[in-house]
Amino acid sequence: MTEGMTAERDTGAAATARRLLEIANLKVHFRTDDGWVRAVDGVSLGVDRGETLGVVGESGCGKTVTAMTVLKLIAMPPGKIVDGTIHWQGRDIVPLTPAEMRSIRSKEIGIVFQEPMTSLNPVYTVGEQIAETLRLHEGLGKRAAMDRAAEMLKLVHIPNPSRRVNDYPHQFSGGMRQRVMIAMALSCSPKLLIADEPTTALDVTIQAQILEIMVEMKERLGMAVMLITHAMGVVAETAQRVVVMYAGKVAEEAPVGELFANPRHPYTQGLIRSIPRIDTAATHKVRLEAIPGSVPSLLDPPKGCRFAARCRFVMPECLDAQPPLREVSPGHKVACIL
Amino acid sequence: MTQYVLRRLLIAIPSLLGISVILFTVLALAPGDPFEELATNPAVPPDVRAALRASLGLDDPVHVRYFNWLFAMLRGDWGYSFVSRIDVDDLILQRLPTTLIVIGSSQILALMIALPVGVYAATRPYSIFDQIANTLAFIGFSLPTFFTGILFILFFSIYLDWLPFVYRSDIPGSGLPWFWEHVKQSIMPIAVLGLFQGAAWTRFVRSAVLDVIRLDYVTTARAKGLAERVITIKHVMRNALIPVVTLVALSMPAVFGGAIVTEQIFRVPGIGSLLITAILANDTPVIMAVTFVVSILVILFNLLADVLYGWLDPRISYR
Ligand SMILES: Nc1ncnc2c1ncn2[C@@H]1O[C@H](COP(=O)(O)OP(=O)(O)OP(=O)(O)O)[C@@H](O)[C@H]1O
Ligand code: SF4
Ligand SMILES: [Mg+2]
Repeated sequence: MTEGMTAERDTGAAATARRLLEIANLKVHFRTDDGWVRAVDGVSLGVDRGETLGVVGESGCGKTVTAMTVLKLIAMPPGKIVDGTIHWQGRDIVPLTPAEMRSIRSKEIGIVFQEPMTSLNPVYTVGEQIAETLRLHEGLGKRAAMDRAAEMLKLVHIPNPSRRVNDYPHQFSGGMRQRVMIAMALSCSPKLLIADEPTTALDVTIQAQILEIMVEMKERLGMAVMLITHAMGVVAETAQRVVVMYAGKVAEEAPVGELFANPRHPYTQGLIRSIPRIDTAATHKVRLEAIPGSVPSLLDPPKGCRFAARCRFVMPECLDAQPPLREVSPGHKVACIL
Repeated sequence: MTQYVLRRLLIAIPSLLGISVILFTVLALAPGDPFEELATNPAVPPDVRAALRASLGLDDPVHVRYFNWLFAMLRGDWGYSFVSRIDVDDLILQRLPTTLIVIGSSQILALMIALPVGVYAATRPYSIFDQIANTLAFIGFSLPTFFTGILFILFFSIYLDWLPFVYRSDIPGSGLPWFWEHVKQSIMPIAVLGLFQGAAWTRFVRSAVLDVIRLDYVTTARAKGLAERVITIKHVMRNALIPVVTLVALSMPAVFGGAIVTEQIFRVPGIGSLLITAILANDTPVIMAVTFVVSILVILFNLLADVLYGWLDPRISYR
């Protein structure tokens, strides 16, 4: 768990080359009848080659919006990238044209969503749906793409892959469908896999299997993973670094060992306290609502620290201005004046 | 699948029988019969009249008449029109093609409007195009066909004098000019029916596409890097088509009903005007036959809707 810490520290060209994805001060707002919802309001985070970055935070804090914005899958309108940059392998993708974005999607960055039951098109076989990606990006023929689709199903441990490619999504269980989604997202060997709560909708026993498959595929393909989750336990097991989000902002960022050993933000402390025991938590679906109080409105967020209303250590200064994200030790950043 | 269709057709038989019983009883209970005119005509002696009625079985009890009709029907004898004095099946065969051509072309026109406009509007919700399309669809859907029909006649036939306003099945001549005359007289009835149906379906297609477009698998398709056009056609339209096809097949009975009105306005000698004349003249065999043919069409279109639904949606299996 210390490798993340050391990796974080070298500077200069080597570090930039290792950075796959660098999100800086990203602001994504949504226009609604009541005004602009500031779903993501100044988020900065990065993913290195081959690492697993865990992104945690309670419902509505902007995890999905951040992830979707990386692939520009946000509906615009009502969404709008108000500010910030998203550098993918050194190139800012915010100004890219739709056609340029399409060549990145699935080819370089794959994504798996939370709901396996609704993420597959019901009228095509799973093989056709995986093959579609392969034919688009790898230029494979119909036959070759179907063969590769079957191979992908085999990699995610779907029994009888050569027969199952011809089945429709409704013939698969939730866990099996999520495997299909992973196979699809990884079919073109992307450099980064974004997994947005890939196990939240699944049975506890299935959750562990899916995570295992993701870890195995990551090793095999050498890709990086941005794993979005509610469960601190999942992060502890699979991530090297963690970003904790709160109300559209980054509250804390640290290598995983450091975060659990020395959480600096009161919100992170609350999250960690809500886990019974770290080593068994992966199999328990720990909900983060354990902290009393609720998230502030993103329509008109408070001027000061967004966690102030729920913070045990709140001070008058906290209400004046948003505390900036500052580095407290190598690779450990926190947005709190404490 | 074949088995399913066969079973559905078998189930249709009791429904058709039921329909025929109800129709027959209602018609028998209705006041007046085709011999009313004869009855008030002093030139016809009463005994001749009675003999005629007896020979046609008009004074038998209802159930006897019903079974007579049913067995005749099963033998393929559809009866004899009291008014036109020709066999009912000949009469229907004369009229049905005209109706089918007018209805068929108008429904194709309706789909050619509804599909592209509905899909395009739904992919750009609340855009100028969408708002104009919505408004026009709303107007088209709200105006009854008898109103638009008269409007069309006033404008295109009377004011501009471009199109004839009475449909003639006995246009003399042959070849291209003959065909052109037929096209010219069909334009207005087809347009009136097609635009009305097109307006209704545009709204339905739009909402079906809007329902699909926000689903997760469309986002998945986008995440694959597919072009918007491919996503719309392959992923969105293919799924939105399932309810649309069902609706189209199921609205055919209503379309036949609507066609009756349109046929009256443009004097199209189709099955609808045949029914109206038959009802006005109390021509029971024709009324029975026409309603029966329409019932069969309704049942067939219902079956077609179910078969198409299962064919388009792999989640449905026939058992
Ligand atoms: N299309 C939209 N229009 C308006 N608001 C939106 C839209 N999409 C997201 N939001 C808002 O953005 C905020 C962040 O949503 P997001 O889905 O990113 O949360 P999340 O962290 O992924 O939560 P969860 O854990 O429940 O998935 C929410 O408050 C949500 O209401
Ligand atoms: S800045 Fe103040 S209110 Fe915010 S988390 Fe830190 S102590 Fe609490
Ligand atoms: Mg989410």
